[in-house]
Amino acid sequence: MPPTTEKTRTRGAPQRPGDRIFAAASTGSGVLILVILAGVAAFLVSEAWPAITAPAEDIPGDDSFVVYVWPLLFGTLLSAFFALLIATPLAVAIALFITHYAPRRLAAALGYVIDLLAAVPSIIFGLWGVAELAPRTVEPTRWLEENLGFIPLFEGPASATGRTILTISLVLAVMILPIITSVVREAFLQTPRLHEEASLALGATRWEMIRMAVLPFGRSAIVGGAMLGLGRALGETMAVAILLSPSGNVSFNLISSANPSTIAANIALTFPESSGLTINVLIASGLVLFAVTLLVNMGARAVINRRREFSGAN
Amino acid sequence: MSTTPTTSESREAGPVGPDKADLQPARLTHGSLPRRAAPGVLLAAAVLGAALWLLGVFGPVAATLLAAALYTAGLYLWSRSVEGARKAFDRFVTAMVTSAFLLALLPLVSVLFTVFDRGFERFDAEFFTYSMRNVVGEGGGVHHALFGTLIITGLATLIAVPIGMLTAIYLVEYGRGRLARYITFFVDVMTGIPSIVAGLFAVALFQLFLGPAARMGVMGAVALSVLMIPIVVRSTEEMLKLVPNELREASFALAVPKWRTIMKVVLPTAAAGIGSGVTLAIARVIGETAPLLVAVGMTTSDNFNPFDGRMATLSVFSYTQYASPGVPPVFSLDRAWAAALTLILIVMVLNLLARLIARFFAPKTR
Repeated sequence: MPPTTEKTRTRGAPQRPGDRIFAAASTGSGVLILVILAGVAAFLVSEAWPAITAPAEDIPGDDSFVVYVWPLLFGTLLSAFFALLIATPLAVAIALFITHYAPRRLAAALGYVIDLLAAVPSIIFGLWGVAELAPRTVEPTRWLEENLGFIPLFEGPASATGRTILTISLVLAVMILPIITSVVREAFLQTPRLHEEASLALGATRWEMIRMAVLPFGRSAIVGGAMLGLGRALGETMAVAILLSPSGNVSFNLISSANPSTIAANIALTFPESSGLTINVLIASGLVLFAVTLLVNMGARAVINRRREFSGAN
Repeated sequence: MSTTPTTSESREAGPVGPDKADLQPARLTHGSLPRRAAPGVLLAAAVLGAALWLLGVFGPVAATLLAAALYTAGLYLWSRSVEGARKAFDRFVTAMVTSAFLLALLPLVSVLFTVFDRGFERFDAEFFTYSMRNVVGEGGGVHHALFGTLIITGLATLIAVPIGMLTAIYLVEYGRGRLARYITFFVDVMTGIPSIVAGLFAVALFQLFLGPAARMGVMGAVALSVLMIPIVVRSTEEMLKLVPNELREASFALAVPKWRTIMKVVLPTAAAGIGSGVTLAIARVIGETAPLLVAVGMTTSDNFNPFDGRMATLSVFSYTQYASPGVPPVFSLDRAWAAALTLILIVMVLNLLARLIARFFAPKTR
């Protein structure tokens, strides 16, 4: 059926000027998007180039650009990784709750409530983190230092303000939770109903049905959603800029007051007061961030799309 | 496909193992908990937790956690002894999944409560009618920042919506082959551009023409539109795909040209969904801080010309008031929270508006 309609549409209809203009305009804006994305990369590279080629003594910290950006990149990856570690299992559980546990009638409303988390501007998460969350983490981190101090992550000494990488990871986890949840939820909703019913009919409990029918079906969505969340956590700026008290060192210690900063937060904190080559250095560090998030996002989309093509649903 | 064999395997393994089939005639049913078992255990755990809290043994948070743990463990053990391990584990997972959802609500409630609680301190008429010009210490407001936010977001919408909608039309109505696939993929990738990188892009773009000190409202609008375009494309595309093909074919059958079919048939049918998607996209970018901080900067006076110098915006206002407070910091902090409250109210109204548009302008299906 589709081929015939396709043929008549292209062969039969005469090309009017309106048609041509409209087709050109819409194709043009599609191409424009590709141009914009290429432009983002090109302009960043052109402004970053002076910093990458500059002699070491002109870079802040009197060392090469790589030495400048490495602790920031480390902090970015560290906080995003732990945010992901916290958020992914929670997101999967929430998606399961919305799709398979909550009463049918409530499910849509509950999904909307989780989406509300995504609507809160990041600056507000930052203010909230400083005012509410950070003070509450002081006691637990002390406990971690005393009882689990032998693990390098909790070596301490525990920060007295709570403005640590651990707190950042918690805030980032809250921020990426709705993103992962929505991707995973979509996949869980598409689980073939027959698989679920067959599983239940063979006597599986609800959890066994989920483990054997729903989770395998949604596995790539979980991976893809987690990577999308990772991309978001890597680029998150204001919450980190407000919350973290950075010192620029490289350490896996999550709870001390000497924390590595992140690329995005460092740009937001230093950009307004900088001039000259420092701006180029900051743009170059932004380029590094852009490259990392681009890779992560492309990977995530590739995983999600591959699943879409092979999924048993179609 | 692989689920079926696994299911039957565990089904066989279940009864053979623990069932003492040779000692007594096969039991075809097994025990189950009474219907109100789960709510009953929950009630008991809650009462115990509340009692411990009221007696002062634990704080409210610890008591809640303890009650949740007691409920989970109690129901698991009871179910295990009556219904067997599989059923018990099922109940355990149910409890865990439910508590994960409740745990996620915790930060949402806490954020909203904090913002409303602290923001109302300065949420008054002066706050919305004064700018920060010549204000030291008490007083002052967000008149300049509120309009700055509206102007910059409006400009970003003007840039992003036509590009985004036309691209979506291309993808759904025209796009075939490799170009369409590339655009779809890169729109997805573009969704993940960090907001600060979008800000740096605007800075780098304008720096080439205007020199390194350029800060303008329109730079912020460009940065925001980079963030907004992929959202608009995505939502519009989804909505256009929902328009039934029969409508298009009926229109073609009446010899209506393709572009008029799109304008008069496809777009009006999808109008409600597109409007709601655009509103959500505006809500997404209106709270952005980082790109505006680097591309637009901050000022204390009214400046409503986006092509001339720095402008104030609500989010950056909130940040600067927090980051560099005055000598008694309390006035600055109050202003920061009041600006945050304004922002969150705008975002919520936009979200609500999107729902209403989707509901009331939806095409009549019958």
